[in-house]
Amino acid sequence: MSKKKKQENVEKVYRKKLIKRRKPNRSIVGDIFLYLFLAFIALVMAFPIIYAVSCALKPLDELFKFPPRILPQNPTFDNFSDLFVTMGKSWVSFSRYLFNTVFITFVGTAGHLLIASMGAFVLAKYDFPGGKGFFKLVTVAMMFTGYVTQIPNYLILNRLGWIDSYWAIIVPAFASPMGLFLMKQFMEGLPTSLIEAAKIDGANEWKVFRSIVMPNVKPAWMTLIIFSVQGLWNNKAATYIYSEEKKTLVYAMQQIQSGGIARTGQAAAVLVVLMLVPIAIFVFSESQILETMASSGLKD
Amino acid sequence: MGEFFSKYIALRKYNIQVAMKKAKKSKMCYAFLAPYAILFCAFYVLPVVISIFYSFTYYNILESPKFIGLSNYISLILEDDIFLIGLKNTLMIAIFTGPLGYIMSFLFAWLINELPRWVRSIAVVIFYAPSIAGNCYVIFSVFFRGDAYGYVNAFLMNLGIIDTPVLWFINPDYMLPVCMLVILWMSLGTGFLSFVAGLQGVDASQFEAGYMDGIKNRWQELWYITLPNMKPMLMFGAVMSITQAFGVCDVTMALCGYPSTDYAARTIVTHLFDYGFTRFDMGYACAIATILFLLMILCNKAIQSLLRRVGT
Repeated sequence: MSKKKKQENVEKVYRKKLIKRRKPNRSIVGDIFLYLFLAFIALVMAFPIIYAVSCALKPLDELFKFPPRILPQNPTFDNFSDLFVTMGKSWVSFSRYLFNTVFITFVGTAGHLLIASMGAFVLAKYDFPGGKGFFKLVTVAMMFTGYVTQIPNYLILNRLGWIDSYWAIIVPAFASPMGLFLMKQFMEGLPTSLIEAAKIDGANEWKVFRSIVMPNVKPAWMTLIIFSVQGLWNNKAATYIYSEEKKTLVYAMQQIQSGGIARTGQAAAVLVVLMLVPIAIFVFSESQILETMASSGLKD
Repeated sequence: MGEFFSKYIALRKYNIQVAMKKAKKSKMCYAFLAPYAILFCAFYVLPVVISIFYSFTYYNILESPKFIGLSNYISLILEDDIFLIGLKNTLMIAIFTGPLGYIMSFLFAWLINELPRWVRSIAVVIFYAPSIAGNCYVIFSVFFRGDAYGYVNAFLMNLGIIDTPVLWFINPDYMLPVCMLVILWMSLGTGFLSFVAGLQGVDASQFEAGYMDGIKNRWQELWYITLPNMKPMLMFGAVMSITQAFGVCDVTMALCGYPSTDYAARTIVTHLFDYGFTRFDMGYACAIATILFLLMILCNKAIQSLLRRVGT
């Protein structure tokens, strides 16, 4: 009982603080105007996504109605079940496409997390010749898109014999510069005394890394995971993989999408399925991601 | 003079010896960094080097590369009209959507910063969602459909602004503006998150000191307190938005087709795909990639030196 009261009290203080936090140098008219403007922009930004979702829920007769309605009158999941029927009839089974995407995403992300964290750990916490230079190189690598390296990468992967295998997608994803950058910046915020204390207690570097550093940077894990999943989940893999049974879900879905007017409903369902995973991960890990991004600044 | 040189060499030798000693001591560091460093060099550094190397050759994968000097670059700039269209389009897109998207990211991050916590989290999801929504942007092809039943066309015809439907994605005059609109919609990405997080970290006591010193409104506060505190995030956001603005190709390919009418929506990257993966003229494609690489690096360096002056 008293605990509950305490909580209420805490909440009240919090609320008071909110009002107090209003800054003295703001005009009320300006505030109202700005928030109306923000609400309007938010509506505009959300509209295409809302519309895509509502299209996916519309039955066929409503999809082509004119003038259109934003919300479906008789929402159904027919489009989704149709999508699975179509996928089921394809030459390569749906579960295989799903497996490919999940496998690539999972292995790529796990490897990236481990390898980038190991690199970030020594770059953030130790001073050794070449370390700073290497980190600078990584920040330069963030300045150009993957398209620049796509053709030479094809040649390299070809030389390695990895073309038309999962590794062509997975292994380059391990070395994504963004992950190392964010991880290193975040680890710099860890107190060095923590590591020194562990060392005095006789832990070796690997132990320090595994049981001191990694558990303390969990917010950064989530950030690395979402960036990596975003890249891999949406990877069409069309240039590096040509066997149909190794292609990804996105590729298969986009084939359905290009199936013309009869598949409009299914195409909308595809859009929803594809955006669901990255957005869901983001919603569930937002606070951790923002915590990591707070240290993302690029100092010179 | 000779004495100076010998002294200089001795100093360098000493420096190298110190570095070697340090390197020997920190073997463990190299062991930790090695997996990442090897992969990074193999898939990020080496490709750039290879790309520059092949850009001076004729290479079609089947035959071994033939050295042809600068002629790839010369024909790119002097003979290839389509590349120039692509270059122009890419620069147009970059100049419009890059800065505008960047400013939008910061503005919205800043405006939602003072909202209560839960409203802010919802707002972040709404603003950030378009950039991670897979290929949700193809929904714009429904809005901008070319017949009278396309929503935008119908709307404009009802208002009497146009009397025949506009073929948004087929008429070269309209392709780029519509694509830019879509790109802007998606531009609140990683940089936006960085801004949101950075604004949370600005020390509140600085604002209080600001009131004492007579900062009158939110705009002065922005310029004198918030922006200087945000410099590192601003740099990071700039890198993100430049990289994105120069790499445009997915949106134009999905909406305007590939190839598009009169090549009006061609960008450098689609030109690169054309030569690399359709015509297999790898040397030529590598020359395109090298030009794109230089453009992005130079632009980033220029913007960074500009940003260093913020708030001073």
